[in-house]
Amino acid sequence: MIDAPLIGAPYAHQKVSVNRTMVLVMLALTPATLLGLYQFGWPAIFLFVITIAACLIFEAFSLQVMGKPKKVFLMDGSAILTGWLLAMTLPPWAPWWIGVVGAFLAIIIGKQVFGGIGQNPFNPAMVARVALLISFPLEMTLYTSPQPLFSADAPGVLEGLAITFGGGALAIDAVTSATPLGHLKTELSRGLEVQHALGSTDSVGQLALGTASGSLGEISALLLLAGGLVLIGLRIITWHIPVAMLGTLALLASIFHLMAPESYAGPLFHLLSGAAILGAFFIATDLVTSPVSVTGQLIFGAGCGLLVFVIRTFAGYPEGVAFAVLLMNACTPLIDYYFKPRIYGRDRKGQPLQYGDEGGEA
Amino acid sequence: MSHDYKRLAKDGLWDNNIVFAQALGLCPLLAVTGTATNGLGMGLASTAVFIASALAISLLRNIITPQVRIPIFVLIIAVLVTLVDMSMNAWVHDLHKVLGLFIPLIVTNCAILGRAEAFASRNSPMPALFDGLMMGLGFTFALVALGAAREILGSGTLFSSAALLLGEWASFLELTLIPDYKGFLLIILPPGGFIVLAFLLAGKRVLDRTLAARKAARVEDEPAVADPA
Repeated sequence: MIDAPLIGAPYAHQKVSVNRTMVLVMLALTPATLLGLYQFGWPAIFLFVITIAACLIFEAFSLQVMGKPKKVFLMDGSAILTGWLLAMTLPPWAPWWIGVVGAFLAIIIGKQVFGGIGQNPFNPAMVARVALLISFPLEMTLYTSPQPLFSADAPGVLEGLAITFGGGALAIDAVTSATPLGHLKTELSRGLEVQHALGSTDSVGQLALGTASGSLGEISALLLLAGGLVLIGLRIITWHIPVAMLGTLALLASIFHLMAPESYAGPLFHLLSGAAILGAFFIATDLVTSPVSVTGQLIFGAGCGLLVFVIRTFAGYPEGVAFAVLLMNACTPLIDYYFKPRIYGRDRKGQPLQYGDEGGEA
Repeated sequence: MSHDYKRLAKDGLWDNNIVFAQALGLCPLLAVTGTATNGLGMGLASTAVFIASALAISLLRNIITPQVRIPIFVLIIAVLVTLVDMSMNAWVHDLHKVLGLFIPLIVTNCAILGRAEAFASRNSPMPALFDGLMMGLGFTFALVALGAAREILGSGTLFSSAALLLGEWASFLELTLIPDYKGFLLIILPPGGFIVLAFLLAGKRVLDRTLAARKAARVEDEPAVADPA
């Protein structure tokens, strides 16, 4: 008496699952994260762990309240990835409560109040990042220059604990320094020209390798790019959103740079600095909050790139990836309404396809 | 037509609360509830308009023709709001400076027009007056609850500058709950109002459901106990 379960057709197996997607995204993020943690030392490691742990705790709490099975949803890795992405956008030496409040905003307000995984209209990590930036401008804009682990100036474990659980980088005389984008904004507002403004700060090479100041996720454009390309290779994400976003950003930056090189930074600077690469490959491509169709994804990516450039260049904040992604998230339902994927066996207008004989007669 | 005043009170304060059940008047609600004191001031001003407009409209209900009733309701409410605005400017000037912008907006508070249309224009003066009072108190309760929640989360104080509204004796109300609090700006900003309101609404629903379940359980239990006897 073998009681084999009855399984209906189709029998083809595709090894796609939420769990696999999340794990692969995390693996793709690992090299850049490790470099970031190495560059910013113990305080960054503590903040990273706290943010992810808090995300898991808030996720477990929400699942408890909603009466959903905890093990399945906690183990799918989505909460860990949200915490991971959030931690990568925080100033590495931020105090512990920034991570915890951010986790609350991301998991409870950004995701679970809408019904949990797959239901959220906005990217949870970016919701938290923007809410934190608006609520705690001081803590969220205090960046330290990288001090690699085990180097002479780097804080030890105890000092790291003091930074994370004391008062953040404010508590000690940390070597703070503006991020390249922040620096450029300040210098331009002082009336300096781009060449001079950038001359005194990090070179493009530093930005690419990840020795400039910034948050964890801005640290190394090259490693993030490599991770993103791996994701495209594994078909976790498609190329449309990253290419459209980075292409639009580079195009706009080139046009403005060619028109007035003294007041607009070049495309390479825009692409490598800030969270452009991280945002394009890991955040804007969030499967839940981005459009379904290819055309929709291209529009979504181009909109993100346009908004990033506009916010960086003309608005009050030096960096705009989080704002841009959230604004385009808000447009996603509209984009999805106008650009629906073609249904199998039908044309783009939803009419049945005309095949061979019938088509011949018509 | 006799009226169940207990029912009216329960409706106004809880079951059919302007904010927590009808979700009306959200514009003043979100605009002024940065602190509990502002909420209380706005709530009391609105309550005065609720009561006076309910009474006036109920008295005039038989001579207002249905075709022009809405403009007349608006006219009556506008006159009353102007009176409240000027009175506040005269007697609680400091609070008026804080709330001043929002007091004229009570005219556009759909909750007041809603009660005029749905209740006052169809009922005799006494029930209308009572309904206005209860709806106003329910609205005040919601404003104070939301204001207190946002003030505690947003700036770590409670009833700050209550003395402005109630006089010097009320300064004991002014609490600093979290010393050295750096402030959570999002909660004070309008999006925070929406977020906190949503959590309060969810809380009310959970509470209502729990109470209903408990009541149902009690009703089920009673016959079981009564049967053997």
